[in-house]
Amino acid sequence: MGDFLYLYRGGQRNPSPEQSQQIMQKWLAWMKELTVSGNLKDPGQPLELEGKVVKGKGGTVTDGPFAEAKDLVGGFTLVVADDLAHAAKLAGGCPILEVDGSVEVRPVMKMDM
Amino acid sequence: MELSDHLFRQEAGRMVATLTRAFGLHNLALAEDVVQDAFCRALEVWKLRGIPENPSAWLMKTAKNRAIDVLRRERTALTFAPDLGRLLQTEWTLTNAVEEIFDPTGIADDQLRMMFSCCHPRLSAPAQVMLVLQLVGGFGAREVASAFVSSPTAVEKRLSRSKKTLAESSVLFDIADAADFALRLPVVQRALYLIFSEGYHGASAHAVVRTDLCRESIRLVRLLAEHPLGAVPSTFALCALMYLDAARLPARLDAWGDLSSLFDQDRSRWDRAMIEQGRAWLERSATGTELSHYHVEAAIAAVHAAAPRFEDTDWAAIVALYDTLMQIAPSPVIALNRAIAVAQLRGPQNGLEAIDAVSGRDRLARYPFYYAARGELELRRKNNAIAREHFRTALALARNPIEQRFLKKRIDACARGAI
Repeated sequence: MGDFLYLYRGGQRNPSPEQSQQIMQKWLAWMKELTVSGNLKDPGQPLELEGKVVKGKGGTVTDGPFAEAKDLVGGFTLVVADDLAHAAKLAGGCPILEVDGSVEVRPVMKMDM
Repeated sequence: MELSDHLFRQEAGRMVATLTRAFGLHNLALAEDVVQDAFCRALEVWKLRGIPENPSAWLMKTAKNRAIDVLRRERTALTFAPDLGRLLQTEWTLTNAVEEIFDPTGIADDQLRMMFSCCHPRLSAPAQVMLVLQLVGGFGAREVASAFVSSPTAVEKRLSRSKKTLAESSVLFDIADAADFALRLPVVQRALYLIFSEGYHGASAHAVVRTDLCRESIRLVRLLAEHPLGAVPSTFALCALMYLDAARLPARLDAWGDLSSLFDQDRSRWDRAMIEQGRAWLERSATGTELSHYHVEAAIAAVHAAAPRFEDTDWAAIVALYDTLMQIAPSPVIALNRAIAVAQLRGPQNGLEAIDAVSGRDRLARYPFYYAARGELELRRKNNAIAREHFRTALALARNPIEQRFLKKRIDACARGAI
């Protein structure tokens, strides 16, 4: 058992209102599924697609990260799963996959080894 | 919290209308961008955090904040609607003016303004209909294309051309001007009627799409009927017609998703509540001196609705109503429907003669149900071979798999010699 972070990237650009509604329904259903199965630890937060990067000893601030919108992390969720394979399997139900997006699955390091 | 059906689509229509009032009709594209942006935000936030208590208010507020940002940033670069332009020039009047525009009590009027603007006299009827669907109904280009069996690219092109015509004016149609309102009203009514007809008789193979079109036209015609200047007998008659016809929709497609003719529809599946509403609108429409074709079509639908079984239909009344319809709004399709009613009243021979007498019959040459009607009547005269030829011609012209399945069944019926 462990915690895993889902990082969402990409997704459909400019869906019509009806398409948005359908995508929304699928997310609601998926989140509910994760909640019912006890795998949802924290639904997480969406992220704005703008930001700054602070770098170097002098703390140089630049706009960024300079990537295409599809490469930017748009949000995250924390789940509980048996192992990495299980977490990845659960991510397979994520609606973002249907609209050209991806889920990065990262195990959260444990304190007690 | 659950999402109500078509919430996004409905809100999109409302938001575009309101934002266009804020930015001016010539900045329609900007209004659409802001709406798109609000929906993207809603999607991102709601999918993780869940649906807020009042999703409509959330969306509207997001759009409003975004509108204030845009107005602040662009007020020197863009020209806005003349009557608002001045108010938007200073910070303290700007916020007040936007608050006033976004006042929820004005939403119905905003949608009417947009609906009337879309029915621009320089645009063709199909172009008007597409604009109403997209800008007032919140349909995407793909959904409009699916409704009219066209390609999304073609629809997109046509829509953007039509929007240029709209954007030549900076203000939305003034719905407070009684004379202008009365002049444009028939055009708006026709657009709503066409949306409904596309849903009811149309060529789209998707039952969902068609129900959506019917539902949307009913929502819009009600907006019209609830406005003091739109509340006239012809609008009420249009309401009646839509309710009475739409009541039969659940029975039009049978349990297998196949088209079912009036002859063998399961009438227990007709929506009684809608029939009652349709009758009430028809009663309300019976005032004044104007007899619109909506009145007559609604009356025909009411006669059908009154018959518990097909054989109880008052065909004499229906033929008489078609006669009236041929006087006020003659067309080959109406004449064909009249001929079918004549066949019911006086037998297939008379029906076929009435079809032969349809003037402008050549305009029905690509209409599958013209041949289907001939086939049906020949079948009743036991001329099975001729009937089968007609159904085959109809099949070749069928516009979707539902029509194809229906016509194949009729061809089979010819082989069996049964009706």
